Amino acid sequence: MKRIPIEYAILAVAVAATVAIVSPARAEGTGQPAETTAEKLARGKYLVTVAGCNDCHTPWIMGPKGPEPDMNRMLSGHPESAMLPPAPKPEGPWIVAASATNTAWSGPWGVSFTANLTPDAETGLGKWTQRNFTETIRTGRHMGRGRQVLPPMPIPMYRNFTDADLEAIFSYLKTIPAVTNRVPEPLPPAAAVAAK
Amino acid sequence: MKRLLLLCSALLAAAMNAQAAPAAAPLPTLLSETGLFTPGTTASPAAGVLTYSPQYPLWSDGTHKRRWIALPAGTTIDAARVDAWEFPVGTRLWKEFGYGRRIETRMIERLPDGSWRFAAYVWNDSGTEATLAPEDGVVVDVADAPGGRYAVPARGDCTACHEGAAVPILGFSALQLSSDRDPLAPHADPARPGMTDLRRLVESGRLRNLPRALLSSPPRIQAASATERAALGYLHGNCGHCHNAAGALTGLELPLAQQADARAQSAEQTLASLLGHSSRFRPNGAASAQRVATGHDGDSIVTLRMKTTNPLARMPPLGVQVIDQEGVALIERWISTDLRTR
Repeated sequence: MKRIPIEYAILAVAVAATVAIVSPARAEGTGQPAETTAEKLARGKYLVTVAGCNDCHTPWIMGPKGPEPDMNRMLSGHPESAMLPPAPKPEGPWIVAASATNTAWSGPWGVSFTANLTPDAETGLGKWTQRNFTETIRTGRHMGRGRQVLPPMPIPMYRNFTDADLEAIFSYLKTIPAVTNRVPEPLPPAAAVAAK
Repeated sequence: MKRLLLLCSALLAAAMNAQAAPAAAPLPTLLSETGLFTPGTTASPAAGVLTYSPQYPLWSDGTHKRRWIALPAGTTIDAARVDAWEFPVGTRLWKEFGYGRRIETRMIERLPDGSWRFAAYVWNDSGTEATLAPEDGVVVDVADAPGGRYAVPARGDCTACHEGAAVPILGFSALQLSSDRDPLAPHADPARPGMTDLRRLVESGRLRNLPRALLSSPPRIQAASATERAALGYLHGNCGHCHNAAGALTGLELPLAQQADARAQSAEQTLASLLGHSSRFRPNGAASAQRVATGHDGDSIVTLRMKTTNPLARMPPLGVQVIDQEGVALIERWISTDLRTR
């Protein structure tokens, strides 16, 4: 067997050390093997489920056992066909009201309608990028730059998701059935309307 | 063998440096410590600090603004990418906002690792010094501000606009510093002696690799009329930092930023994205909407969102409480008059 000159051995060790320093860990900071696509999607689905996304972004209907999310319209947001009367005037400590679909919320911020999170290109997240999604959750502004995301979206809690969590969630959302549903624009607080 | 060991050492050192750029010093507590002013004063800019004024300024509720830039000694800006200049580490820019008196001065600085950091300094009532504002912003009482209150932005709000473009420096670019200034641009300061511009930057050696053609024929928005030129310039200065073809919002397909590089045909792209183009934003109850309805200003989403008092629909979404009547009038004139026959 031919011996490797010591110079080459030293150089090989240095190059290997350099690569180890410069390259990111296989799974950032964990030392674990990188997540497969299937594992990422499964974790995204898990996170979407336990974080309660369907509670507000999937319209609720009355089922045989009571109110339940209509999974035929999973995560498609407030139905554009729903015609709502004006929200009730808040009385005393009761300052928030929600529609029966759980997709329209009235409070001191105005009236918010939950967004279409399906990958529909024109009415959902179809044209969003991972960066748009991550920056929305991190900043509480649409795409990180637009108007504020309104209550009851729990931005103060969700902004604590890790980048990997948000990548898993967005990757999963890109795989669910697209639903064409143009959610209405939010209504401003009464004070802003009065100033018009 | 010795040479090999030196090579290995250099390789490892380079790798370590790639991991950890020198840490930036903490932000100075006082504006007078940032290098803007002649030492011992807060009135006159320090030697080497350049004054400038973009031809298409951002509307900021009618505040009076002044702007400066300082480059470290011996450094230059690389303009090889005509519309995405590369600024040297240590570059600092300042913008002062005031209503009669100085209220706030913001600073942007390029750090050793190539990133940018943002800070705001709030002036005291007597205008003798400004102090670093809290990271999450602060509201100060200012008699002449809308509602008597002036909001100093949080640092996260700075990045919302400044990190939406190819380069976070928005008002210091080939188009904004062109000597062929637009006489119809709303709220623009006239060019004054002592202010730097594209030509002066090149002649002083502070800007390199700018195509020579941009000195003989300074950057100018290619438009069908003077009004259209100013309208596109207004949209560039007030909307293009987010709505452009290079940043995070490209998916909206609304490129309102104009390029000094004529080959980019940015004006044509802007017009194609606006005129008769369906709007994703629709007033509630409307079956359809157009970003710009040619010849029908009242049906155009662009002016609707500029004029509304609804804070959930207003554009720009932050930094503006007072409608820019002059800017609105310009865009309305462009739509209802210039575009009537298109």
